[in-house]
Amino acid sequence: MTEVSVAKEDEAATGDLVVLKSVNKHFGALHVLQDIDLTIARGEVVVVIGPSGSGKSTLCRTINRLETIDSGSITIDGKPLPAEGKALAKLRADVGMVFQSFNLFAHKTVLENVTLGQVKVRKKDKKEAEERARALLDRVGVAAQADKYPAQLSGGQQQRVAIARALAMEPKVMLFDEPTSALDPEMINEVLEVMQQLARDGMTMIVVTHEMGFARSAANRVVFMADGRIVEQATPDQFFSNPRSDRAKDFLSKILHH
Amino acid sequence: MFDFLEDYDLLGAFWTTVQLAVLSAVGSLIWGTLLAAMRVGPVPLMRGFGTAYVNIVRNIPLTVIILFTSLGLNQTLGISLGADDFETINFRLAVLGLVAYTSAFVCEALRSGINTVPVGQAEAARALGLSFNQVLGLVVLPQAFRSSVGPLANVLIALIKNTTVAAAIGVAEAALLMKEMIENEAQLLLISGIIAFGFVVLTLPTGLFLGWVGKKVAVKR
Ligand SMILES: Nc1ncnc2c1ncn2[C@@H]1O[C@H](COP(=O)(O)OP(=O)(O)OP(=O)(O)O)[C@@H](O)[C@H]1O
Ligand SMILES: [Mg+2]
Repeated sequence: MTEVSVAKEDEAATGDLVVLKSVNKHFGALHVLQDIDLTIARGEVVVVIGPSGSGKSTLCRTINRLETIDSGSITIDGKPLPAEGKALAKLRADVGMVFQSFNLFAHKTVLENVTLGQVKVRKKDKKEAEERARALLDRVGVAAQADKYPAQLSGGQQQRVAIARALAMEPKVMLFDEPTSALDPEMINEVLEVMQQLARDGMTMIVVTHEMGFARSAANRVVFMADGRIVEQATPDQFFSNPRSDRAKDFLSKILHH
Repeated sequence: MFDFLEDYDLLGAFWTTVQLAVLSAVGSLIWGTLLAAMRVGPVPLMRGFGTAYVNIVRNIPLTVIILFTSLGLNQTLGISLGADDFETINFRLAVLGLVAYTSAFVCEALRSGINTVPVGQAEAARALGLSFNQVLGLVVLPQAFRSSVGPLANVLIALIKNTTVAAAIGVAEAALLMKEMIENEAQLLLISGIIAFGFVVLTLPTGLFLGWVGKKVAVKR
């Protein structure tokens, strides 16, 4: 435990924002995360890639504690993840999350989706929250849809609203779990463009995706996972043109062949 | 042909039916919501109680429950629910029995509503930093209630018809009056028809109205 607190200061000094140390997680007998060590610096964009079932979503979800871990430690901006209660809620507000299936609140309008957290968690007044919401909706290109309900929007529009909803909390880091896999092909780019812009603006991002174009253009680093382990980490160019591990070579040959 | 009706308080009897139905509906909505909260909540003891209650009560015939309130609660245990006269006591006992019974169905209707809310809704709410109560109160329950309107309407219609069981303990509602009329008049079909019509007048608009409400508030996904 004392090691952790010493390490914490180092992290702050080096500008590391998210640090996972020897993280282990089981689902029953399945060892879904195995000794994961991962450090993400402030402003860094990390793409996580790997075969289905390798634990990418689980990894993402442990970072805001939607999944608990069995051992190891996770710190965000130098602070260990709180176990539960108010402190955990507060931390979650600092970690934006974008889901594969958008998960916009179905009974609320687009605008209400983007103001809810600001008002109920950040305690902003309604007018201020709405102004910020409209500005964000404008930024992701769906300002005209503000008064519609999620079901009235296309998938691409819904996902951009979901990004705005997360950004409204002014998060320190954004997690994306396959944000484009549920989208029709013609909508993928409109979402990726928003994410690329976000990356250029300096947002710290952890992105689970198989979109190599995005990885090459926006990511600082690619993390390749297989069977609950981080098998390989490299720059996008290195990883895609010259993977070192057999698992990565095998995986890439499969996704490149369709 | 309808002359004999003047000797009977038909409207009065149906008014009692309406009172039984409305009071029981309010009571079972409250108790049923509490049961549903227990069944989805995190406390094992409450979950156990809720589950046991629903599974036992749902499987007892309503007549048995109503008779028990009168024979068991009132005549054996002396519970009179704060009333003095026979009529009021039985009315209140009937409401109690109807609430005890109907709330099990309300609970299940609400629970089915909660189950229609995808887990992703609660996860997105938690990920924003909302507290447990906020997740439930701002995101899950509002959606659950909206999709429960249909099932709850069915429960309410069943309740309106079930009020006739109160006749078993002498509550002067429509079915008891029907029995009395049939015994005294040679107009079996007409009397049955009138009573049946009275119930249709109560249930049909209820069903149509709640069907409309259900559509209006439905959550589109
Ligand atoms: N709640 C859960 N309970 C039990 N097992 C689970 C649960 N969630 C995930 N798993 C299992 O854990 C493993 C890792 O799942 P995870 O969703 O993290 O993989 P993934 O890399 O995101 O896969 P995909 O590319 O298909 O999204 C899988 O074998 C999955 O079946
Ligand atoms: Mg996944």
